Amino acid sequence: MTESPFTGLEVIVDMGLCESHGQCVFAAPQVFAFDEDDVLVYEPDPDVSQYEKAVAAAAACPVRAIRIESTR
Amino acid sequence: MTEQPTRMVVVGASLAGLNAARALRDQGHAGPITLIGEEPHAPYDRPPLSKGFLVSGADHTSLALADTAVLGLTELYGRRAVHLDTGEHTVHLDDGGSVPYDGLVIATGAGARSWPGPLPATGVHTLRTLDDATALRRDLGTGPRRVLVAGGGFIGSEAAATGAELGHDVTLAIRGPAPLHRVLGEDAASFLSDLHHTAGVSVRPFTTLTGLQGGRRVTSVTLDGACQVNADTVLLALGAVPHTDWLTASGLRLDGGLVTDVHTRAVGTDGRPHPTIVAAGDVTRFPHPHASGLLSLGHWSNAVEQARIAARTLLHPRAPSVYRPVASFWSTQYGVRFRAVGLPREADESVTREYDIGRRRLNVAYCRDGRLVGALTANRAAHIARYREQLARDLETPVEARSA
Ligand SMILES: Cc1cc2nc3c(=O)[nH]c(=O)nc-3n(C[C@H](O)[C@H](O)[C@H](O)COP(=O)(O)OP(=O)(O)OC[C@H]3O[C@@H](n4cnc5c(N)ncnc54)[C@H](O)[C@@H]3O)c2cc1C
Ligand code: SF4
Repeated sequence: MTESPFTGLEVIVDMGLCESHGQCVFAAPQVFAFDEDDVLVYEPDPDVSQYEKAVAAAAACPVRAIRIESTR
Repeated sequence: MTEQPTRMVVVGASLAGLNAARALRDQGHAGPITLIGEEPHAPYDRPPLSKGFLVSGADHTSLALADTAVLGLTELYGRRAVHLDTGEHTVHLDDGGSVPYDGLVIATGAGARSWPGPLPATGVHTLRTLDDATALRRDLGTGPRRVLVAGGGFIGSEAAATGAELGHDVTLAIRGPAPLHRVLGEDAASFLSDLHHTAGVSVRPFTTLTGLQGGRRVTSVTLDGACQVNADTVLLALGAVPHTDWLTASGLRLDGGLVTDVHTRAVGTDGRPHPTIVAAGDVTRFPHPHASGLLSLGHWSNAVEQARIAARTLLHPRAPSVYRPVASFWSTQYGVRFRAVGLPREADESVTREYDIGRRRLNVAYCRDGRLVGALTANRAAHIARYREQLARDLETPVEARSA
């Protein structure tokens, strides 16, 4: 595992784009999940241990709905 | 760094090729990367071509996969690779040019199976490329028309749904008992048939398209060698054929696709993997612990994930990465979100846990020898995530450790 290049990061999902593909849930289940109506719920301020997975989730999203921003 | 190949060449400028190029950069390759693609377009996304693109007025820029400029590639579009010389480490192009490589990624994908005979000049379509979709959209934009879709796979079924949504009179002719029956089994296929019936699509099971008639434009088709059915527009959705024609004299093993080992390396006809040639996406056939034979996955996420592993293997030939994916696939028809994970078609048993056509929800688990091998849901994405976790855990368990 490589050192994460991020020191602080924010997860932003454009819910207008999200089609509930679930690739992000597969890639980072501790950050992304679905509620019972298939609407995506997520942790905008994940734990450092989840950074790498959150970045992978953003790359896996077929509609590029996920943005990861460095906060510090 | 010294063992890294320096000149990288990627053949096929679509989902897998672009992701391989991006992964090479992400993983530290600073040297030249040449991306070669037969289509005149920069890499674009195909799934919308059978869905939203057909109904919207969107132009192709909405399909662009990425801003390739930031990757610093040499981009050669509108050029076809015609031969690979593995001895000389050279890719030969249709314009007589050639491109030498130290590391090669083969990502030439697949094309739509074509009709084996003569065709009317207009009104008959296949659906694989942006140009295909643009032509089909133009046809469907003037209507209402009698549309015949031949083929009960995902693309045929999606296009039939889209045609119905556009107000056309759609017939879906399929060889099996119901759409996607062979891949997803009885219940999923009947769920899908129900959706088609509700939307007014006429599904004709056990039916083979045997002929097309018309002058300049198609006017009718023949089904099962006998009955003629009038049609203004025909979509041939007869399956995909991997683009391996340019590799026939390469000495690489071709068997319904380009054969790779578990590390995504192309395998020679002598059975030995090439350390400097990797492959990804729809062109590949590869070994997988859940598959009885070699596996080809014509899915979006496979192209992306396999490309990433292929890039890593190419950059680290002494410690090649293993590609052992949990397959995942989606399809949207009539606004219903189908999600599949694993390999439903490898199952010997399917267990339907929910079948609610009113609320448009479906949940089917697929098993082989009593073990989960795949799952399908409709409008139940929360469930699919749990299935996927189970399949991923299972793949991490070595076969020997499983109870005998
Ligand atoms: C209409 C449609 C709808 C789809 N919907 C879904 C969906 O809902 N969900 C899903 O998971 N998947 C879907 N897919 C599948 C998904 O798009 C493919 O899995 C994906 O495109 C594979 O990417 P690839 O790069 O391997 O191959 P391709 O996308 O086929 O690209 C290969 C590229 O290589 C080029 N090429 C071929 N031969 C040569 C040569 N000799 N020299 C140079 N270039 C060459 C081709 O022109 C092409 O541009 C759909 C596909 C289609 C066509
Ligand atoms: S991968 Fe993208 S589209 Fe899918 S659920 Fe996550 S954000 Fe939504």
